[in-house]
Amino acid sequence: MNQPDTVLPPLTERSGILRWLRHNLFGTWLDGLLTVFGLLLIYLAVKGLLTWIFTIAEWEVVLANLRLFMIGQFPLEQAPRLWVGLGFLLFLTGNSLAIWDKRSYVAATLVLAFPLFLAFLPFNSANRQWLVFLTATGAIGWGLGFSNPQALKKTIVAGWIISLPILVLLTRGFTETDGVGVMAIVGTNLWGGLLLTFLLTVVANIFSFPLGLFLALGRRSELPIIRWFSVGYIELVRGVPLITILFMAQLMLPLFVPGGMDIDRVLRAMVGMTLFSAAYLAENVRGGLQAIPKGQFEAAHALGLSGAKTMIFVILPQALRLIIPILVGQFISVFKDTALVAIVGLFDLLGIARTVLSQPEFIGLHREVYAFVSLLYWVLSYAMSYISQRLETSLGIGTR
Amino acid sequence: MQRETSHRATTPFWRDERFLQIFGQIIFLFAVFSFGFIIFRNMQSGLEKQGMKLGMSFLQGIAGFDIAEMPIEYSRTSSYLQAYTVGLLNTLLVSSIGIFFSTILGVILGVARLSKNFIINRLAFIYLEIMRNFSLLVFLIFWYQGLFLKLPKIKQAIIWFDSIYWTNRGIAIPWGLPTASFPTFQLILLSGLVLAVVVFFALQAYANRTGRAPLTTLWSMLTFLLVAAIGWLVMPVKPLEWSIPFAKGLNLSGGKIFSPEFMGLTSGLVLYTAAFIGEVVRAGILAVSGGQVEAARALGLNGFQTLRLVVFPQAMRVIVPPLTSQYLNLTKNSSLAVAIGYPDMFYVSSTIINQSGRAVEMITLVMLTYLTFSLVTSAFMNWYNNKIKLVER
Repeated sequence: MNQPDTVLPPLTERSGILRWLRHNLFGTWLDGLLTVFGLLLIYLAVKGLLTWIFTIAEWEVVLANLRLFMIGQFPLEQAPRLWVGLGFLLFLTGNSLAIWDKRSYVAATLVLAFPLFLAFLPFNSANRQWLVFLTATGAIGWGLGFSNPQALKKTIVAGWIISLPILVLLTRGFTETDGVGVMAIVGTNLWGGLLLTFLLTVVANIFSFPLGLFLALGRRSELPIIRWFSVGYIELVRGVPLITILFMAQLMLPLFVPGGMDIDRVLRAMVGMTLFSAAYLAENVRGGLQAIPKGQFEAAHALGLSGAKTMIFVILPQALRLIIPILVGQFISVFKDTALVAIVGLFDLLGIARTVLSQPEFIGLHREVYAFVSLLYWVLSYAMSYISQRLETSLGIGTR
Repeated sequence: MQRETSHRATTPFWRDERFLQIFGQIIFLFAVFSFGFIIFRNMQSGLEKQGMKLGMSFLQGIAGFDIAEMPIEYSRTSSYLQAYTVGLLNTLLVSSIGIFFSTILGVILGVARLSKNFIINRLAFIYLEIMRNFSLLVFLIFWYQGLFLKLPKIKQAIIWFDSIYWTNRGIAIPWGLPTASFPTFQLILLSGLVLAVVVFFALQAYANRTGRAPLTTLWSMLTFLLVAAIGWLVMPVKPLEWSIPFAKGLNLSGGKIFSPEFMGLTSGLVLYTAAFIGEVVRAGILAVSGGQVEAARALGLNGFQTLRLVVFPQAMRVIVPPLTSQYLNLTKNSSLAVAIGYPDMFYVSSTIINQSGRAVEMITLVMLTYLTFSLVTSAFMNWYNNKIKLVER
């Protein structure tokens, strides 16, 4: 039966680059034509791009306004608070990496050394010192986690939970001293740039999670009123563009609350983003719930668990684990969608780009500014989806 | 009887699950309604302070603003309702053109990603990776400001074949202008369409009767084209007059001129959506198992027949639902026109809000319109999906 050595392919076909080329690039005359066309396209695109980046584009507009892009009009003397907040995040990240993914030295080094790498770029000396500080806090966190993983686990989880309130508090401040003092209040009208984009993303995602979870459970409920309410909400929100929801939050939300009460413009945008994101999240969670086989419900009931306990201890842990990659995808899409708050007049990354372009000395540099902003969004989204793919493989999701 | 009473005695009504379910739902309904009522009353009292009353009658008022692009008659003395209609038509225009071209580009991308040719395959993959990590709004603005507004002025316009003008005031292409005999030609086209439909159903009936599979769509399209061509040839005065654009001072004249806003929005949406449609198409083709193709070849079908009769119908089942949601995404994303100044429905509505202060009414109207799009599209797609879905025993 087996005659492995008797039928060999012709010599020229057996191996080597030539064979690969013939098979993959020049199989037929059409293939050859497509290959040449593709190579030409790559050549023209790369050449055009490189020429523009290195000879035509004027990047001073980005360098001169880097602070605006990062933190908007946030007062410079209060900026150390943001650095401390970042340091706290990096401490937690380093610690978590050491505790949960001990062998990933490469990932840890990349994450923690990134600020240090930035410190070699021509920033002013204060910023460089802060960047070194970031790496140091991250490294301390990693070291602590590495030496004592078990004892720190609970502290770190608690740390992540309180990180959002801490960050918001550090950004906003709490002493009403008219801008003097360490923790003077910085109004949200001064929040801007990447800082605002980041806060909007995180807040919208965190608050939409419980809302989306309840909506998903409601949609699967056997109680008709609850189910129809959830279906109505989800389909209504998914049927309209985000910008209409943001407009509604911006223009109608102040009307909904009792007279005299004023809702902050940034807060309105956060509410809009949260309400929007919750509907999409609900559908993602529903997908996870549907993937749980019926036997799981029946087994939980047979064990005597009540409906709520079945959900909390049996179904949801499995369902949520299944949809971790989808949730990360949702996080990323919320991040990209936050750009829309620029349309309702907030100074997020895109809003700041518009103000930068209105400075008289930088008029007409649309390509440079928007290329920079696009690239920033692109790199951050790509990094997040890359990390989520790594997470997927290391957690073994979908391969169990 | 005895048993029933004892049963009733053991489960009092406040622990009876059926009662609790109904009671809980009533409480929930009550909470929702009272929340809605409070919101509504706050809104009303707030509006009263501004001296306004809810109502749609303001739509009859005079708009008083110009709209740059209008498919129907409109001037600044027209009503708000007419302004809104112009915006609605513009949205429909951008969406339908966007859907058409993004489908074509998406299918090309999807097939390219399955190509055995390494370069083509990688190119499509890189395109997808680049596109789907962009923020659509930022990309649209970049595309519009960085490309279409940076085209040369009319004096230095880039001209292709003496007839296509690329300028920062718009892109002009040759276009047929209707002449006096155009209405007659329209009638001929209509009769061609009717004939094509007749041919389509006749062929379908023939297919059902004999079990053969004629090229139904192709033949009916050919019928239409044949009628149109004969009509064109026999008419003494040609129904369309070829108009070639030219630069006239500081303006373009003749042909058809597409504004930079329209071009930026439509092409940006097409480039972005096509990446996602490409993935949908690829998944659909991959979902047809290789055994199907082998079986078709074993039955003696040739390559084209295999594709048309075996692969394509099965792939469509997988493709249609996600494709629908991509089409709806494109339609909803066209509202980002507001950021680049193309007068779509949302942009016109926000102008109306600025003019009249009627935020509540206008936002509700816009939301309802988009919702109608969604519902109509998904109803149509459900019908289509039911038609093509697997018939199981």
